[in-house]
Amino acid sequence: MSLDLGLPALERAAPRLMQTEPLLNMRDISKSYGNVRALRNVDATVYPGEVMGIVGESGSGKSTLLRMMNLEDTPDSGEYSLRLPGRENENLFDLTRYERRMLCARNIGIVYQNPHLGLLMKHSSSGNVAERLLIAGERSFEVLRDKARDALDASEFPLDRMDARPIELSGGMQQRVQLAKAIALEPALLLLDEPTTGLDVSVQALVLDTLKRLQRDRKITMVLVSHDLGVIRTMADRVMVMRHGEVVEQGLADQVFQDPQHPYTQQLVHAKL
Amino acid sequence: MTITPLLRVEGLTKTFRMYHLDSMLHAFEGVSFDLHEGEFLLLRGHNGAGKSTLLRTIWRSYLPVGGHVIYRSGHGEIDLANAADVDIALLRREEIGFVTQFLNARPRVAAQDIVAEPLRLAGMPQAEALDQARHWLDQFGVRPELWRAYPSTFSGGEQQKVNLARALILPQRLLLLDEPTASLDVGARAALVRRLADLKAHGVAIIGVFHHPGDVAELIDREINLNTRVVADQNAEYGHVAV
Repeated sequence: MSLDLGLPALERAAPRLMQTEPLLNMRDISKSYGNVRALRNVDATVYPGEVMGIVGESGSGKSTLLRMMNLEDTPDSGEYSLRLPGRENENLFDLTRYERRMLCARNIGIVYQNPHLGLLMKHSSSGNVAERLLIAGERSFEVLRDKARDALDASEFPLDRMDARPIELSGGMQQRVQLAKAIALEPALLLLDEPTTGLDVSVQALVLDTLKRLQRDRKITMVLVSHDLGVIRTMADRVMVMRHGEVVEQGLADQVFQDPQHPYTQQLVHAKL
Repeated sequence: MTITPLLRVEGLTKTFRMYHLDSMLHAFEGVSFDLHEGEFLLLRGHNGAGKSTLLRTIWRSYLPVGGHVIYRSGHGEIDLANAADVDIALLRREEIGFVTQFLNARPRVAAQDIVAEPLRLAGMPQAEALDQARHWLDQFGVRPELWRAYPSTFSGGEQQKVNLARALILPQRLLLLDEPTASLDVGARAALVRRLADLKAHGVAIIGVFHHPGDVAELIDREINLNTRVVADQNAEYGHVAV
């Protein structure tokens, strides 16, 4: 019997039963802004169809990491690959700005906490969704309109309001427009940055339910950043805990919450109401 | 017995390290036993002996600090004690079930949808999954007018019926039961025993902790006593393991 108190059995190399390849692979990502080290040697792996939760306090680097996944920013060092047809083993940070933009438009959707970041507030809701399709090269008006309608419908947005401008909508509805825009092209990866923070609890529950349904019905792989442990516990299959730009712990969501291994995670879990 | 067991637990040990108290909490040490298909194993022990902790360690909500949990899955043999998280997640979807006393109800999701979810995740069409969900809600005695309601407002007993319907809707290979009869009325308890007997007859191996083991007396094949720091497998394959 190997009894090494304090060292979880998992830190030994885990033999694999299933040969599933990860969709997302990030290796050794580091990034500094001035003399602030935002990310330090971060590794991340996300498997097809799962929801990966990222928790940590403000400034822990979780949103920075999500922006890297969305190719909005590049790190000082590190590699990032997505298992997309024809793109395997390619470091996406090596792509040109234009290539990154096209790859994102076609394969990655994102929902920001602040709808102003993701939406043109004075264009119609359907127009916001169609814009994403336009960037990806769709030109037929009928197709644009139909696809925008489908995506809004899948996001449980009331279709009789699809011509309303986001500025006229409630916070929950604005998040649904962002979500519709994010899923319009059936992305392989959906990134969610505090998608329900700031919404009241009943609206939050509805948005989470929509996300859960999308994940189940369309098998979309999701990365969900939230400081709300309740949201992560409801949604995530696996969890990464970040602090000061480093991943201090990761594991199955129930394990991280019920048997946290790192002192910081224990503090975090015990602080939950 | 010469048949390969479905589950072989060897020297399983769990301690919790509590940083804020700067101390270690000892749960159990050196637990060993075998479990075969269709076998029902009862865990006994006083409060705090580590019965629930042992179930959660096999389920991997808790990380063991030593030992092995060799499980013969449909995909091959694997040590649950150090398997990769993605493998554990897959086995939980397909083969291993865990039933607690508490329903993990998501806000604004109807009882029938909560129960149907494991079938939907396994790829069954919505209509068929809902049919089966309603069948099991009915079996456990949840009234039809509650099927479309949100269980977060249900009483403890009604929530537990929904929980059982969901947990037992898919036939697993290994089932872990943590006091599933707590807060159940007589009818629901009888439905549970019938369902467990049926699963057992189909080869499902079961490990259970029961406040009143009399509820499932006719199903029990073997018992293990988990008294603090001493574990005895009454089947005596490993003899008495004293630590």
